[in-house]
Amino acid sequence: MTTLVTATSTTARPRPVADVLTMLRRSLLRAVRYPGLTVFLVAGPLVMLLLFVYVFGGAFGAGVMPGVAPGAEGRAAYLEYITPTLLVITVVGGATSVATSAAMDAAGGIMARFKTMAIAPGSVLSGQVLGFLVQALAALVLVIGAAFAMGYRPGAGALDWLALLGLFALLGLALNWLCVAMGLNSRSVESASNAPMILLLLPFLGSGFVPVDTMPAAVRWFAEYQPFTPVIETARGLLAGGAGLEGAVAAQAVGWCVVLGVAGYAWARSLYRRERRL
Amino acid sequence: MPGNTPAPAIEVAGLRKSFPTRTKKGDHVVLDGVDLVVPTGTVTALLGPNGAGKTTAVGVLSTLLRADAGTVRVAGHDVHDDPGAVRASIGVTGQITAVDDLLTGTENLRLMADLHHLGRAAGRRRTAELLEQFGLTEAAGKPVATYSGGMKRKLDLAMTLVGAPSVVFLDEPTTGLDPRSRRTLWDEVRSLVAGGTTILLTTQYLEEADRLADHVAVLDGGRIVAEGTPAELKSVHDAGSLDDVFLALTEPPTGDGSADDPATSKENVR
Repeated sequence: MTTLVTATSTTARPRPVADVLTMLRRSLLRAVRYPGLTVFLVAGPLVMLLLFVYVFGGAFGAGVMPGVAPGAEGRAAYLEYITPTLLVITVVGGATSVATSAAMDAAGGIMARFKTMAIAPGSVLSGQVLGFLVQALAALVLVIGAAFAMGYRPGAGALDWLALLGLFALLGLALNWLCVAMGLNSRSVESASNAPMILLLLPFLGSGFVPVDTMPAAVRWFAEYQPFTPVIETARGLLAGGAGLEGAVAAQAVGWCVVLGVAGYAWARSLYRRERRL
Repeated sequence: MPGNTPAPAIEVAGLRKSFPTRTKKGDHVVLDGVDLVVPTGTVTALLGPNGAGKTTAVGVLSTLLRADAGTVRVAGHDVHDDPGAVRASIGVTGQITAVDDLLTGTENLRLMADLHHLGRAAGRRRTAELLEQFGLTEAAGKPVATYSGGMKRKLDLAMTLVGAPSVVFLDEPTTGLDPRSRRTLWDEVRSLVAGGTTILLTTQYLEEADRLADHVAVLDGGRIVAEGTPAELKSVHDAGSLDDVFLALTEPPTGDGSADDPATSKENVR
């Protein structure tokens, strides 16, 4: 065979940035080729938005906002109340898809192939985490667009939007690392999406859909101290142009994201390094 | 590497590997002191029944698994002390086809080229070259999910070769392939060796070992029970074919009181 390259072209020195970008490109290419997971990312929050505003909103709006009449006025009030929640849920949805994708890589031979190559070891999972973060951010734009079409007019200024982008990027990174670990920890691709489902439930057990102070004591206690409540409240405050946003709540939101992200990263890293019996 | 005489591409001494069992009644010993030397530029076939430890051995040699004891050097580097250098010199085609089903053949190969930091032009050249070499040019733009098993296996091997590795591991590369695809793969192996590449392949097809291998090592119960050239093995055991040698040397898979236990059945399935 004359065409064979005999000299080894592999560079010995690691190039982590190049490898992460290559893996990110792979993740995005997969999203384009298999849009199912991405469509689910947008469709889920969209259906919930329509359902909660046009079906429940007339009644719920009057309940969450004092002095608001049921009906059209209630729907407008509820749209304002739950749009921040559905944006957070969009980010969570992205994270659940990472779990499935990571489990697919681990079940097929491709993750083993990557492990036998002289590449930056962190790039394999980072590519997935960043790829789905990009998808989640794109989905956020579509969900916000839908809310706008339904009449949503938040009072956020340019700086608030920027802070919101930062919050969602941080939340997305944290949840994506956590879900990559859940995906690697699952026994099969089919069960990979089960564990992250708890994350989709948490916004309901917080201030996502109704104010916490309407709940019975035990549920309220949980709702006040779980991570999604400060995140949702911070998003809500930023979208309202900073009105009613307490610094302590924002700090809690960021703190939770950092804690979940670091824990998820450490867990994912140890699972990736763990020997998988061949 | 110091010295003028080329060091063997693979040197394994006293390799041991066990896996914990679920019952916690001690570990399941898979490799029980394996010694193996593969000279540079040759093909060695690792033969053995299901559950003999072939895949585990390839796993340790390719840095996927950590040895419990023994030394393993591949391409002059210790797999434990310098796995990065080993990885830079090897290519692995495992038992499970390691391709990205959602991408096209070209995209899979370019992914490998990018991970080898070949650069855009060289990556494209190498991709086109390998597609041509494996007869995949026509299917190059189609998603791999639409490929037949044989085509996937060829792409799998092509991906392994993108970085022009000096040592190539092939774990049952032709299992499930039709005779024509098998022959194509054999031809590729021969041309690789002609180019100076060292190959360690595992196989259950004894004809494959007979036709391809310079050297055959029979693994059974976690140890190398015989080795030599195919001709040597046949004459020592006064056998007409490697099939007879294989049957004479290895335990039946469901042996009584042999190294096999129910835990191995999991390995067989995988």
